[in-house]
Amino acid sequence: MIHPHSPVLLEVRGLCASVNGVEILKGLDITVRRGEVHAIMGPNGSGKSTFAKVLAGHAAYAVTAGTAQLDGQDLFALAPEARALAGVFLAFQYPIEIPGVANSQFLRLAYNTLQTQRGQDELDPLEFDDFVREKMKSLEMSPEFLGRSVNEGFSGGEKKRNEILQMALLEPRLAILDETDSGLDIDALRIVSHGVNQLHHRDNAIVLVTHYQRLLNYIVPDFVHVMDAGRIVKTGGKELALELEERGYEGVGAEHLPGHGARHRAQAVAVAVTP
Amino acid sequence: MSAVIALRRPAGAGSQGTLWADHPRLPSSPWACVNALRSQGHADLGTLAMPTSRDEAWRFTDLTPLGKVSLQAASGPGRVSAADMAGFQLAEAATRLVFVDGVHAPELSGPTANAGGVLVANLPAALAAQTAAVEKHLGRHQPLGSDVFAAFNTAFLSDAAVIRAPRSTTLAAPVHLLFITTQAGVVSHPRCLLIAEAGSSLTLIEDHVSLQGEACLSNAVTEIVLADQAKVHHIRVQRAGPQAFHIANTSVSLGRASHYRSVSVDMGAQLSRHQLDVVLGVGADCAVDGLAVVAGSQLADTHSCIVHAQPHGRSRQLHKCIAGGTARAVFNGKVMVRPGAQHTDAAQMSRNLLLGARARIDTLPQLEILADDVKCAHGATVAPLDAEEVFYLQSRGLSDSAARDLLTYAFGAEIIARIPVASLRQQLQQRMLAQTGSRP
Repeated sequence: MIHPHSPVLLEVRGLCASVNGVEILKGLDITVRRGEVHAIMGPNGSGKSTFAKVLAGHAAYAVTAGTAQLDGQDLFALAPEARALAGVFLAFQYPIEIPGVANSQFLRLAYNTLQTQRGQDELDPLEFDDFVREKMKSLEMSPEFLGRSVNEGFSGGEKKRNEILQMALLEPRLAILDETDSGLDIDALRIVSHGVNQLHHRDNAIVLVTHYQRLLNYIVPDFVHVMDAGRIVKTGGKELALELEERGYEGVGAEHLPGHGARHRAQAVAVAVTP
Repeated sequence: MSAVIALRRPAGAGSQGTLWADHPRLPSSPWACVNALRSQGHADLGTLAMPTSRDEAWRFTDLTPLGKVSLQAASGPGRVSAADMAGFQLAEAATRLVFVDGVHAPELSGPTANAGGVLVANLPAALAAQTAAVEKHLGRHQPLGSDVFAAFNTAFLSDAAVIRAPRSTTLAAPVHLLFITTQAGVVSHPRCLLIAEAGSSLTLIEDHVSLQGEACLSNAVTEIVLADQAKVHHIRVQRAGPQAFHIANTSVSLGRASHYRSVSVDMGAQLSRHQLDVVLGVGADCAVDGLAVVAGSQLADTHSCIVHAQPHGRSRQLHKCIAGGTARAVFNGKVMVRPGAQHTDAAQMSRNLLLGARARIDTLPQLEILADDVKCAHGATVAPLDAEEVFYLQSRGLSDSAARDLLTYAFGAEIIARIPVASLRQQLQQRMLAQTGSRP
């Protein structure tokens, strides 16, 4: 929901970032206010997931220029864990499996670390168990997932639900969902989206990184951004996503922008001939 | 059957041949079988020399530090208080047999009389109660004549833990053997004999602990015999003091269709070496798992040899090492399939976690197959912690060190989880956290 006078939560200016010496982000700008839902769409390789990982502080990505501020605080001055404690949450595209660590142990450790940071009491295992089971109900997750190793042997949909469960426990100010819809069947998509919508309120913001318009039927964005070649090249309302779905990235005018390669034109042709 | 190469040299060769030189011979035992074994041990010591890094089986494990410390035979057991015992007690154990510096301590031991028909006693009592059964097996399964440390133990054999489960008996609660070293500068020779008669079933915990941190040598020999269809779960824990030397020889003989499960955990000692030999009879089944956790400048060496001597055997082995600091871990695991041992199914995996640039792990999984209709697999990995896993935990608010600690813990926890005794699991998990944790 757009609240015109809502304070700016995330302000990114001129962000450039590279991985293994290859520049992926090339001057990205975005402003996210509290209460808003933003969708970032774009072709493969446009830098969507890189942007998500750079915000969360992945060490493999080097910020070479630009700034990112969360509530006026320099995000890039913070270690990944400090960003998490400051309220940044990244739901991973491919959640990591951690054999040997019980999911309940992991969730409680993450929750209690944040509680300590907030100067609040930690929950003991029994208290936490009650607390987390309540959160799991809304995601239609079986309590059985508490006893298993973190994400180990979880299906794609179960992993994504587990990500949203962590979001529910950590109550971030800024949640970045990196292709949370990939690998979800229609029921799982509905459940996960419902969970995200329940967690969204006027003091936090959600950034959805997605390939498909489908997710946006469930989590309705206030803004849709199109990324290409490491920059945001077009911004519109939710109708832009429908337009993209219908006409492809070429069709919405992204090809007129500098730095756009022939590769994407070839893709558009392929789409055009597919029955 | 042993993977240890026989080291036959003139007596007295090498300066380290003196490790046992000033150890007085023990007074004659009333039991002829004990005297015969000691004589054999002394005879072997006369022909064997201390191994050096030029010996293939000791290539990665330098015993020089052992030669530099002055070690005496223990003159008697040290004092162990009830408070000392508290940290080692296992609530689940049905019976407990305690040895202090190699000497049986009945006042610390639990009720051992006839545990569900199973004999749990020290050597003199066991010989008195069941002479023939004990004589038949004692010293018959260890690598006599080839291993200097087994010979050293045997030459100074005075007491032992003896467990014998008669035919078809089942003891659900574990038997806890606790070997405590209390004195600096002494050598103790823990010894254990487990006889599982046909169709019997029991769980044995062999626990080596220290009450002091100075140099000492604990030189253990364990013999385990499973008759047909017997089932044994063997948990071996080595949590010796930081300057201790711990050498262990474990020999396991599996009868027809018997089942042997073992979990061996080495966490203590400046230098530890575990030689584990398992020989499988027809249709026997074993799962032999291990975990070595070393930090600082510790060294832990595991040499295992699983011999499929008969057809239709099945063996599984997962061995893990975690090395931090400048520590070293060694795994040499051999699986041998003898001619005629058809339809053998063997799988061995060595997984290793390197926590620092200066830590080192040497792993040598080996298969030696002399039959043509078998299924055998083996593999090894050595890697640092996965950066993606660390980042995942950091992105949830855990500090870099907390993330690394948790992942290290999880790596070892897979083995500890296979120990079927909750209180022991908990003790080991806590120790592992303390030992691998980078936080103060």
